[in-house]
Amino acid sequence: MIALALPAQDSGEFNPPGIEQLHLPAILPWGVADGFSKQMLLVILSVVIIATFFLLAARKQQLVPGKLQFAGEMAYGFVRNSIAKDIIGGKDFMKYVPLLFSLFFFILVNNIYGAIPVIQLPSFSHVGGAYVLAGIVYVTWIAIGVKKNGIKYFKLATVPSGVPFYILPIVIPIEIISNFLVRPVTHSLRLFATMLAGHLIVMIAGSGIEFLVMQENVLLKGASVLVLGGSLAMYMLEALIMALQAYVFTLLTAIYIEGALHADSH
Amino acid sequence: MNQLIISAAAEGDTNPLIPNIWEMFVVLVGFAVLMFIVVKFVVPMFEKTFAERAEAIEGGIAKAEKAQAEASAALEEYKQQLTDARAEANRIREEARGEGAQILADLKEKAAAESARITAQAHVQIESERQAAVVSLRSEVGTLATTLAGRIVGEALNDDERAARVVDRFLADLESQNAGAAK
Repeated sequence: MIALALPAQDSGEFNPPGIEQLHLPAILPWGVADGFSKQMLLVILSVVIIATFFLLAARKQQLVPGKLQFAGEMAYGFVRNSIAKDIIGGKDFMKYVPLLFSLFFFILVNNIYGAIPVIQLPSFSHVGGAYVLAGIVYVTWIAIGVKKNGIKYFKLATVPSGVPFYILPIVIPIEIISNFLVRPVTHSLRLFATMLAGHLIVMIAGSGIEFLVMQENVLLKGASVLVLGGSLAMYMLEALIMALQAYVFTLLTAIYIEGALHADSH
Repeated sequence: MNQLIISAAAEGDTNPLIPNIWEMFVVLVGFAVLMFIVVKFVVPMFEKTFAERAEAIEGGIAKAEKAQAEASAALEEYKQQLTDARAEANRIREEARGEGAQILADLKEKAAAESARITAQAHVQIESERQAAVVSLRSEVGTLATTLAGRIVGEALNDDERAARVVDRFLADLESQNAGAAK
C-alpha cells in the first residue's frame, strides 16, 4: 500500500500510481478523506470563471463589439449556431440554447483544469459530476419528449416505424435498452472515463519520470527525457480530448433533445 | 500525509464508478447556479445584441434599397420628362411648320384674290371707260361725220333725226365689216 501511494520510494521496482491517487485528501477540514475536496472547489471556481467571463463580455453590449465582447460572442455563437441551431434547428432551438451553452462551458472549463499546471485535475475524473450532468440531460430529453408527444412518446421512442412485425419482439427490447438504459450510462461514463484516463496518464508519466530520474544508472536517468517527450505529446492529446469531450457531451445532448422533439418523424 | 492517503485507499473506496454524494451535490448546485445566470443574464444579453445588430444591418440595407429605388424613380421621371419635352418640342416645331405653310397659303390665296379683284376692277374700269369712249366717240364721230358729210354734200343735215339714222346705219355697216374681218 505504501508502494501504491508513493511509488518508487523504497522498493527498487516501478509501481505505477492507481485510481486511489485520484482521491486527494480534502481541503476542508484539511486532510479528511470525505471532506470538501479539490474537485468541489474547482467546480465552484468554474461557475465563477464562466459567469464572470460571459457577464463581462456581455456587459457593455455594442453593435460593433470590442475584443472581449467579440470573444464572448464567438463562444456563445458557437454553441448557439453550430450545436443548437444546426442539430435542433427550426424555430424552437432557442429554448435549449441556455442548457447547451451551460453544459458546454461547464464541462469545458472543468476539463481544461486538467491541462493547467498546478491545478492539473479535471473535475470529471470523479464520476459524480458526470452522473449529475448526464442525469439532468436524461430527465430533460424524456420530459421534452413526453411534453411534445404525450405518453405516446415512449411508444414512438421504442417502436421504430416501418419494421416488420415479426422483428419487433427483438427490436423493441433493444430500443428500450439502448435509449432508456444505456444512453445515460454511456453519456456520463464517456466523459468520466476519458478524463480519468487522461489524468492517469499524466500521473503515470509524472511518476515514471520521477522514478527514472532517481535511478543511479545514467542511461536510465537519460531515458526520463524520452518519457518527458512522450508525456508532452500525451498532454497535447489530452488537451484536445478535454475540449472534444465537452463538445461531444453537448452535441449528444442536442441530438437527444432533437430526437425527443421529432420522435414522430424518426 | 502518507498515512492519510493510505487510509483513504484502505477504506476500499477505489471503485471509480461509485460517486461521492457530496461532489454530486456540489456539481448539481454549481450547475444550477450557472444555468440561472445563463438563462437570466447571459443569453438575453447576447440575443439582444444579435437582434439589434441584425436589425441595424437589415435596416441599413432597407434604407439603401429605398434610396436606390428613389434615385431610379427620379431618373425614370427625368427621362420621362426629357422625352416629353422632346416630343413637345417636335410637336411645336411641326405645328409652327404647319402654321407657316398655312399662313403662306393664306397669303398666296389672299394675294391671288387681291390680284383677281384688282384685275376684275381694272376690267370693269376699262370696260366702263371703253363704254364711255364708245358713247362719246359715237356722238363725236356722228357729229364730225355729219358735219363732214354736210360739208361734202353741201346739204345741211340739220335734221337730227335723219342724221342719227344715217350715222347708225354707217356704224352698223362698220361693225358688220369689223365682224367679218374678225372672222
